[in-house]
Amino acid sequence: MNEKRIEGSWDAKSGLARMLKGGVIMDVVTPEQARIAQDAGAVAVMALERVPADIRIEGGVARMSDPGIIRRIQETVDIPVMAKCRIGHFVEAQILESLEIDYIDESEVLTPADENNHVDKHSFSVPFVCGATNLGEALRRIGEGAAMIRTKGEAGTGNVVEAVRHARAVLGEIKQIKAMPREELMSTAKYMGAPYDLVCRIHEDGCLPVVNFAAGGVATPADAALMMQLGMDGVFVGSGIFKSGEPAKRARAIVEAVSRFDAPEVLAEVSMNLGEAMVGINISTLSEDERMADRGW
Amino acid sequence: MSPVGVLALQGGVSEHCAMTGSLGLDTIQIRTHEQLEGISALLLPGGESTTLISLMDRWGLTTPVRELGQAGLPILGTCAGAVLLSSEVSEVEHACTQESLRLASVRSVRNRFGRQTRSFIRYLNIKGLDAPFPGLFIRAPLLEPLSDKVEILAELSEGPVLLRQGNLWLSSFHPELTTDTSLHRLFFESIGILPGRI
Repeated sequence: MNEKRIEGSWDAKSGLARMLKGGVIMDVVTPEQARIAQDAGAVAVMALERVPADIRIEGGVARMSDPGIIRRIQETVDIPVMAKCRIGHFVEAQILESLEIDYIDESEVLTPADENNHVDKHSFSVPFVCGATNLGEALRRIGEGAAMIRTKGEAGTGNVVEAVRHARAVLGEIKQIKAMPREELMSTAKYMGAPYDLVCRIHEDGCLPVVNFAAGGVATPADAALMMQLGMDGVFVGSGIFKSGEPAKRARAIVEAVSRFDAPEVLAEVSMNLGEAMVGINISTLSEDERMADRGW
Repeated sequence: MSPVGVLALQGGVSEHCAMTGSLGLDTIQIRTHEQLEGISALLLPGGESTTLISLMDRWGLTTPVRELGQAGLPILGTCAGAVLLSSEVSEVEHACTQESLRLASVRSVRNRFGRQTRSFIRYLNIKGLDAPFPGLFIRAPLLEPLSDKVEILAELSEGPVLLRQGNLWLSSFHPELTTDTSLHRLFFESIGILPGRI
């Protein structure tokens, strides 16, 4: 009998993401917000210094959070704590791993540190989640070792349109590959810039090998349920909660909406009297360098 | 044959459904208390136990599931599902006042094996199974029996990880995340839903 424990295996990394399915992961900047999120039923929190809406307003270079903030949030809640590193910034990732963070988001919301290369996520025992705007991008990230994928959406806007675009792109391309004859898989892999073996796997399974969450612009229970009905496995909510009028109430309503996403009468009930939603931004008013979804490749 | 229910509010739902499907069992996903009617057994999946118990309360499932468990309905809880079944819940680092179904005389200690980077896979000897079983432990709880009615079916050096108390089975690891159906089969055989081996 094999007495050995194997830590940081692919099954353990992708398995935690599977346990988050049907749940809501909330951005928090203080231990108090983390507590509110946990009490509202969040399955995990994302520990940040600034939510994306504030990063947009304040500008400048956005980096990994102060480890002190992350520690305090870890000490406050029992649910998994995630944190963001910059795209390609493997030293920020090493620091987060040494803090025993539960998941790292290699995120376009922060200012990229490398314009060509993402982190080699296979070399870490902590699992990573990465954003994707289409299937090729999702499979490149999985090829690098991401154990969870999310839409990029357009963070900090309170506008769900980009998340919908990215979700439909990924799910639509999966359907196409599933229906394709085998001999077309290699040229599809070439065209998409995706690893061939992963394209073959999509062809066989008809789904991603990891869970796929919605992120970027989700602001209401209806937004969250929309992403679930489109086929996402769960939802990240960033600025949408703590930039709204009544965060605890809205957080709870979004958790409830995700658990009963296909019951409109329930969605109506949970959406009542939530106070002010965050003020949204129309994506078309953003200049190109304000668009976070275009970061990474 | 009446269907097996899988609590489907959050967590590893489709993985349990894939297990029951591959064993040839009809399965129903449970989101409301009406759906509990007529099920032959209930699976409580892994997920976040704080989320699960608050959603069970919200959608009116806590009391009916507790009553069904008390009346003898076979229930298998994995990881967070096992925490839900426990009579006491504690946490390694924090004081913890978490609610649960309080069905089994078990204290579950959440996150006893550490944070995610300490999650691991290890083969286990399980009472009733011939071959070692791949135990996948993800931010797993330790399960401490509080009564001699609780039987230990598998343990590690830290303590028990698979328990049975009559109709209730508690696993701190995730059989549903493996391709090995033998633990699910053992559960369903023990309650007569699948024919037992000779």
